[in-house]
Amino acid sequence: MFLIKLLFKNAFRHKLRTALTILGIAIAILAFGLLRTVVSAWYSGVEASSASRLVTRNAISLVFMLPSSYRDKIRQIEGVKTVSWGNWFGGIYIDEKNFFPNFAVDPKTYLELYPEYLLSPDEKTAFLHNRKGCVVGRLTARKYGWKRGDSVTLKGTIFPGNWDFVINGIYHGRDKGTDESQFFFNWEYLNESMKKTSPLRAEQIGFFILGIKNPDQAAEVAAAIDRSFKNSISETITETEKAFQMGFVSMTEAIVIAVQLVSFVVIVIIMAVAANTMAMSARERTSEYVVFKTLGFGSYHLAGLIFGESFVITLTGGALGILATFPAAKAFGDAMSTFLPVFFVSPRTVYLDVLASVIVATSAAIIPAVRVIHIGIAEGLRKVA
Amino acid sequence: MPVPPPIVSIRDVSKSYRRGSQTLPVLQNIALDIAEGTFLALMGPSGSGKTTLLNLIAGIDKADSGSITIGGIDIMTLSETALAAWRSTSVGFIFQFYNLIPVLNARENVELPLLLTGLSRKERREHAEMALQVVNLADRMDHFPSELSGGQQQRVAIARAVVTDPLMLMADEPTGDLDRTSAKDILDLICRLNAELGKTIIMVTHDPRAAERAHIIRNLDKGVLNNVSD
Repeated sequence: MFLIKLLFKNAFRHKLRTALTILGIAIAILAFGLLRTVVSAWYSGVEASSASRLVTRNAISLVFMLPSSYRDKIRQIEGVKTVSWGNWFGGIYIDEKNFFPNFAVDPKTYLELYPEYLLSPDEKTAFLHNRKGCVVGRLTARKYGWKRGDSVTLKGTIFPGNWDFVINGIYHGRDKGTDESQFFFNWEYLNESMKKTSPLRAEQIGFFILGIKNPDQAAEVAAAIDRSFKNSISETITETEKAFQMGFVSMTEAIVIAVQLVSFVVIVIIMAVAANTMAMSARERTSEYVVFKTLGFGSYHLAGLIFGESFVITLTGGALGILATFPAAKAFGDAMSTFLPVFFVSPRTVYLDVLASVIVATSAAIIPAVRVIHIGIAEGLRKVA
Repeated sequence: MPVPPPIVSIRDVSKSYRRGSQTLPVLQNIALDIAEGTFLALMGPSGSGKTTLLNLIAGIDKADSGSITIGGIDIMTLSETALAAWRSTSVGFIFQFYNLIPVLNARENVELPLLLTGLSRKERREHAEMALQVVNLADRMDHFPSELSGGQQQRVAIARAVVTDPLMLMADEPTGDLDRTSAKDILDLICRLNAELGKTIIMVTHDPRAAERAHIIRNLDKGVLNNVSD
């Protein structure tokens, strides 16, 4: 208790210097936490994907469609439990800047495969029975002030024209990592319209989503599907939903790596600042450490004092930084909800913050502690005199 | 009646320091016996090696050769850890510049060496308060060093030196930073510790008035102990 009291007294002996160091550490941990959250948000689609879902698309590119007749063939493949399908719609709400992901999907099978999108039974029934109905994620609905029963018009880019929808439901994510920004509507509405306006584009599907019986057999099922369409007019690529999502992330991997690098650089910089503070403190107190040695205190006592002081300063800054990360992430997430719809500080990020603080505290104390341990008492006393 | 063995026995002790490529001899073939309860003053000009000799006896520096036996223990053979443990129980040190910890009050400064003992928090406090009473500072125990005069700070340092009831007290110019009145008070206190508590005291000083208070004065010149005056 006595020595812990001494640690705190030592840590706050130079109040301004310690306050500035704590502030620096708090800002660094805040920046580190935010950047790590950005990285997590980037991978949120990958994290939220299910091991029991596969995605089948055109082997050439996602831009090319697959015939709807594939649906029945896929259904017959051993291991496939549910087949759903959809098209990226790419509609715009009033202005291009109002971006949110929107898809035409088969309502029944899609909701079956995505139990993480929570709708009330009423909303679900309405969506299943209304060809012009749509379901919107909570974030997007909140952003545009939409509520159930509202009419919404999207301007088609891939499928030209103005498309009118009625909001049948607003879904909530079952898990924290569930994307709540999506907008999906009945694929039949798209298909019937295409039959009338562009018959060649009717009965075309952008992707199939498959529920499989056994996630352990995902590779075999995927291979069987692709094999059955080999040498056809539209060959397929089937992969796990995780791999499919990862394909999108890998397109922007350089940005993610840069963000990760910056987050580590921030920690290295603050490590140098904390080390400088500890080095100055230890140098100023050389005479006191020599007195401790003269009184019979051993190396581990002195190391304990220096490491303890470093931990008091760094963990105070780290705790403040972690506390500040939550409101900062909320504000950042709200501002960036269009691009990063799933943005929250995960427990993993908090653990990394704590780990970074511990690494900073330890590394900052090593050199001063080694110096103090190795200084001879007589030599130290001569310096005092 | 048999003569009791000396508490300090120094034989053929030499010590030199290296300055770059040069080796500077500081102490040469020192031999010295100090009986228990003696108050010995070490005098000599600056650079004569008196502080070095004090440091060797206190176990805070190592001699190049010879032997230093204190209370029957050859401290030259002890490891750093064993030496630190020995210092904590056997030696009380009084510095010229007091060397108190500025963020601790007088009682906490005195309590510091007791952290290495098995005493409880309550016992430590009691011992520290008793030591401060011995040096007549019971009324200042909650004061921080910056709130005390030089003489009072040195008394706290003396209380810290005696609180573990060590075999010997080592004082390096204990009055060197004090005015004449405070210096006299400190010397009175040191003499009282010697007379009433029977502490063996080795004091390094430049001040002949301080040295006169000792039982024995030994002069060091260029690293050689060269005369005795009782």
